[in-house]
Amino acid sequence: MDKKFNIGQKLVASPYIVWVAVFVVVPLLMVAYFAFFGDEGKFTLEYIKSVGQYSDIFIRSIWMAAVATIICLLISYPLAFILSRMSKKTQSTMLMIVMLPMWMNFLLRTYAWMTLLGNEGLINHLLGMIGLGPFKMLNTVGAVILGMIYNYLPYMILPLYSVMEKIDPSVLEAASDLGCNRIKAMFRVVVPLSIPGIMSGITMVFVPAISTFIISRMLGGGGNMLIGDLIEMQFLGNAYNPNLGAAISLVLMVIVLIIMAAMHQLDSSDDDRVLL
Amino acid sequence: MTLKRFLTVFLAGCIFAGCLTGCGSNKAAADISVEDTEYYQKFKDDGISINVYNWGEYIPDGADGSVNINEEFTKLTGIKVNYSTYATNEELYAKLKAGAANYDIIIPSDYMISRMISEDMLEEINMDNIPNYKHIMDKFKKVEYDVEERYSVPYTWGTVGIIYDKDTVDLSEDEIDWDVLWNSEYKDDILMFDNPRDAFAIAETMLGYSLNTEDEGELRASAEKLKEQKSIVQAYVMDEIFDKMSAGEAMFAPYYAGDAVTLMSEYDNLGFVMPKSGTNLFVDAICIPKGAKQKEAAEMYINFLTEPEVALEIAEYIGYSTPNAATFELLDDEIKNDGISYPDDEYLDMHTTVFKNLSPEANKLMQDLWTEIKSDK
Repeated sequence: MDKKFNIGQKLVASPYIVWVAVFVVVPLLMVAYFAFFGDEGKFTLEYIKSVGQYSDIFIRSIWMAAVATIICLLISYPLAFILSRMSKKTQSTMLMIVMLPMWMNFLLRTYAWMTLLGNEGLINHLLGMIGLGPFKMLNTVGAVILGMIYNYLPYMILPLYSVMEKIDPSVLEAASDLGCNRIKAMFRVVVPLSIPGIMSGITMVFVPAISTFIISRMLGGGGNMLIGDLIEMQFLGNAYNPNLGAAISLVLMVIVLIIMAAMHQLDSSDDDRVLL
Repeated sequence: MTLKRFLTVFLAGCIFAGCLTGCGSNKAAADISVEDTEYYQKFKDDGISINVYNWGEYIPDGADGSVNINEEFTKLTGIKVNYSTYATNEELYAKLKAGAANYDIIIPSDYMISRMISEDMLEEINMDNIPNYKHIMDKFKKVEYDVEERYSVPYTWGTVGIIYDKDTVDLSEDEIDWDVLWNSEYKDDILMFDNPRDAFAIAETMLGYSLNTEDEGELRASAEKLKEQKSIVQAYVMDEIFDKMSAGEAMFAPYYAGDAVTLMSEYDNLGFVMPKSGTNLFVDAICIPKGAKQKEAAEMYINFLTEPEVALEIAEYIGYSTPNAATFELLDDEIKNDGISYPDDEYLDMHTTVFKNLSPEANKLMQDLWTEIKSDK
């Protein structure tokens, strides 16, 4: 390797390295500091230990984020495949329709669900006309999961689509020539080839879903607390305790890392990963 | 009702879009007069701005034919107002503590003011710059949270009571007290305060404790009471109460009298009860946080809010009670005598308690217990 070229490379990369150092590494260290050092600057494990009493919330958040992720995957997978087999022109139109809700503010989108799901909301009114209900939909676990699915669905569709789009139609033709029916071809050819897309889709839905707080607050009525709500409460909300908040964040980060590492372990055979 | 609300959201979007393409002022020229115009000219050409941090829905903003107070202030003084809002005293406290904020005006409640004074978070106000302070009623001067009247100028006051939906509730006014919020008959039709101090106050009243108790056992018992209630509460909310009660989403909600007045003026089906077992009397006062960049301009803003006519606009629009004697004289008799905004002195003396700041230990315990309550299944 040419040394000069190497230095040039480093120079080009340096703004990014500085950026990462200042805005990622330092804040992370500060989170760790707050989690381990109390008001007087003394080392303590008190905060990390007290995270244990919120294990119920951790389990609930992981469970809800997992359910939302799986449903997102089940909806997105066929959609992304159908999308990738359309003509180029239709593809771009359809992609725009997928992206369209994302142009609207996140809060407004979630607020709209409040007016739809409420006891006096649109859905219950329509059901009422045919003599059903009213059903309690708002302020339930289901509403929170629905909000997660609705808001994060595009993050699942896009990576899946970008991987499937690259699958050569001739590969599918070859599969059918060799005697695979459509379903078999799907599971033996398309699924293995799209694993990188599945992995990044899962990451991009699961991670924001597990730490969301505004969805659970608006659609869960403040009773279905998630880790995100718990952390928000410690910093901006009604139980000011930044040390505990930092400790919870730290534990959450470790849990997410472990889950992600385990996921990628399952898929260790495949090396070229698509990160969007 | 639903359709109406749906349209509201849609229209709000349209209005927002309209604002993006050049928001024309829709309010005619000032119909507010101030006592001493000269006083407000000091910064006329300096192009400065102040950052105001207030409760949500707590100032006339030009909606529904009201006067846009901040705009009037800018017109009069040339000082620009950057306005933002919070939902609870604790949120305000956290924001200031985090140090990321830079506000010139904040409007905390009594107990939070004394907490902030004790933690050196407030700037002393130069009362010489606030000639309108003379209008404040004597009973709101030299009060417990600011005995030397150095840090705060009262903005509004009020009590906490129960808002209920007369269409669906089959109880008479006399039968409604705090215990309805624990009545499982109304499961999922109850809203509850989403902040610890107000929520604890209700539990403490029911258990017969002082609203200012610092006793660990009593605080824990109150927390247990709140946990008991959790399974029948539909949602923990603050300003969302406006939406939810007006849309008929719930039957009962504890809330501030002033907001109840605002809601009741729009929706005939809503009623308000002052609990016989007792409640909290609060004062929200204007303060200047430590480190404010434009202290003198902030004092000018405080003086403006204390102008009798400005305070009248505020009192009429937000529905909260005014501590301003000159403003009170200007109010309609109907409001003076409705028994909600200005309860008789007997009720105030017998049944209301003002919050005091708790000791740091009690504050911390209450916050930890609140986290526990909210995270409880």
